Amino acid sequence: MTVETLRETWPGKVFTLTIGATSAEGGTRARAVTIGGHAALPFLPYDAPSPHPPVVAMEVIDAVPPEWPESLRAPLGEVLDSPVDWARKAVEVHGAEMICLRLVSPHPDWKDAPPEAAAETARAVLDAVPVPLMVLGCGHADKDNELWPLVTQALKGERCLIGVATQENYKTLVVACLADGHSILAQAPIDVNIQKQLSILITEMGLAPERIVLLPGNASLGYGLEYQYSIMERVRLAGLQGDRMLAQPIAAIVGEEAWKAKEARLDTAAAPEWGAAEMRGPAWEAGTASAFLQAGADILVLVHPAAVAAVKRAIGEFTRTPA
Amino acid sequence: MFIIGERINGMFRKVARAIQERDEATIASLAQRQVAAGAHALDLNTGPTADDPAEVMAWLVQVVQRATPVPPSIDSGRPHVVEAGLRASKGRAIINSTTGAKEKLDVLLPLAAEFGAGIIALTNDERGIPRNAAARAEIALTIVARAMEAGLAPDQLYLDPIVLPVSAAQDQTKEALEAIRTFRTLCDPPPHIIIGLSNVSQGGENRPLVNRTYLVMAMAAGCDAAILDPNDDDLMDALRTAKILLNKEIYAEGYLRTRTA
Repeated sequence: MTVETLRETWPGKVFTLTIGATSAEGGTRARAVTIGGHAALPFLPYDAPSPHPPVVAMEVIDAVPPEWPESLRAPLGEVLDSPVDWARKAVEVHGAEMICLRLVSPHPDWKDAPPEAAAETARAVLDAVPVPLMVLGCGHADKDNELWPLVTQALKGERCLIGVATQENYKTLVVACLADGHSILAQAPIDVNIQKQLSILITEMGLAPERIVLLPGNASLGYGLEYQYSIMERVRLAGLQGDRMLAQPIAAIVGEEAWKAKEARLDTAAAPEWGAAEMRGPAWEAGTASAFLQAGADILVLVHPAAVAAVKRAIGEFTRTPA
Repeated sequence: MFIIGERINGMFRKVARAIQERDEATIASLAQRQVAAGAHALDLNTGPTADDPAEVMAWLVQVVQRATPVPPSIDSGRPHVVEAGLRASKGRAIINSTTGAKEKLDVLLPLAAEFGAGIIALTNDERGIPRNAAARAEIALTIVARAMEAGLAPDQLYLDPIVLPVSAAQDQTKEALEAIRTFRTLCDPPPHIIIGLSNVSQGGENRPLVNRTYLVMAMAAGCDAAILDPNDDDLMDALRTAKILLNKEIYAEGYLRTRTA
């Protein structure tokens, strides 16, 4: 008895975005990364084969917070003090497909570093690696508004992905991305209505809907994962149903949030029943990321090398065409 | 919500003149305006023309398809005119319309099957216009069965519950809404249900207000397609708002400022 494969078709499609510009396109990347383009829900090739698999970016921070646990510091070691070395190691040793540079040093409560210095760091990191670059600000609106134009200008022509725009603070970043040819990360607080409204606000300023990547929020396993998953899924469904304000590729910045969990950070002695800390943290991060893959995440930003390896393996498994 | 723009109709003076003079620019402009406002297909009606209506219909289809990529809705009661429109069309077209009368179904369903066209089916028949929802549903069932026999795919059929002017048949507007609800139960998945919206305000006052109020009621009852004027901004705003209220589109504060699919 033959079983008929039920196929679902959708009136809409996810936008396609290329991050990074090769020399042919006026940049300096050895390779660009293309995401999105899906005409069906994740990993359902019988509905529609996906043109672009999800990608793994590794996070590089320009000033590592003191609360980072040993199990996270250990595998990265000395490079933690040098964003350039860290980025190189992320690509050459750990196989990161993109670098996500987080410039926290300008934050007034942290180092209050001058934005010019942070922009120089961004350029140095870009020059050190062959892969495309994502850049995140420090999270302080006024400082970021000083920082972003300097960063986008330093990276002009390289077609980077810069973030994060929020409903409260997006105008300066949009102008900077428009001026220097970058795409924008649009973050909402796990709220589909605000996510859509932010896309409307950004596109009304003249940035094409194709140049937005959605960041539906920050949650992790045990701390809001299901909620963010459901919102991410709702966003993807709306995009496939034809809503152009929610049809963009989706990113998840997993590392930072997953490593806030005590399940990830506590050392083995503090919680022996939870297993060895060396595996617990990366497992927490990889578990969070794998769930978001199923909801439609196109970019996973991870921080622990073992999590990177596990998630890259998972993506390979999920996208393997059955024999 | 599938929108068929109604403005290219030879009953309108401007269109009649453009047809008479074979004025491609005017027709093309009407087509583009409607598509820009959100029409997914364009109704084409030759109106009372002195020329051969089959030839006029073919000309309209060609002009409109040179101007826009959307399917034409071939609006004629005469099978040979319908066929001329279908032949002239590159890609999928829609037949507007058949009724439940056997002689019409016998001719038009095979045409829809041959050309892979959608077909709008009014739920009246040889006995005249049905007086209530149940009578409409009975005819709808016949149409659904005949369409299946003719080999049409479920999504080729658009059932029309027959919208009459509220100024002339006030009890019938409610019956049509009830009919929409009943049609949805006739097969699984439910069939497409379409209304000729402007009929509801024909001959009456406050036409735009009556139209947009009825559209929202029909959408709530389960109508998923309509022949209407997409350049009526208030109407399209009401349509978008109804979509949000029916949870068919995600709400955002600026929802009216953006066009979705």
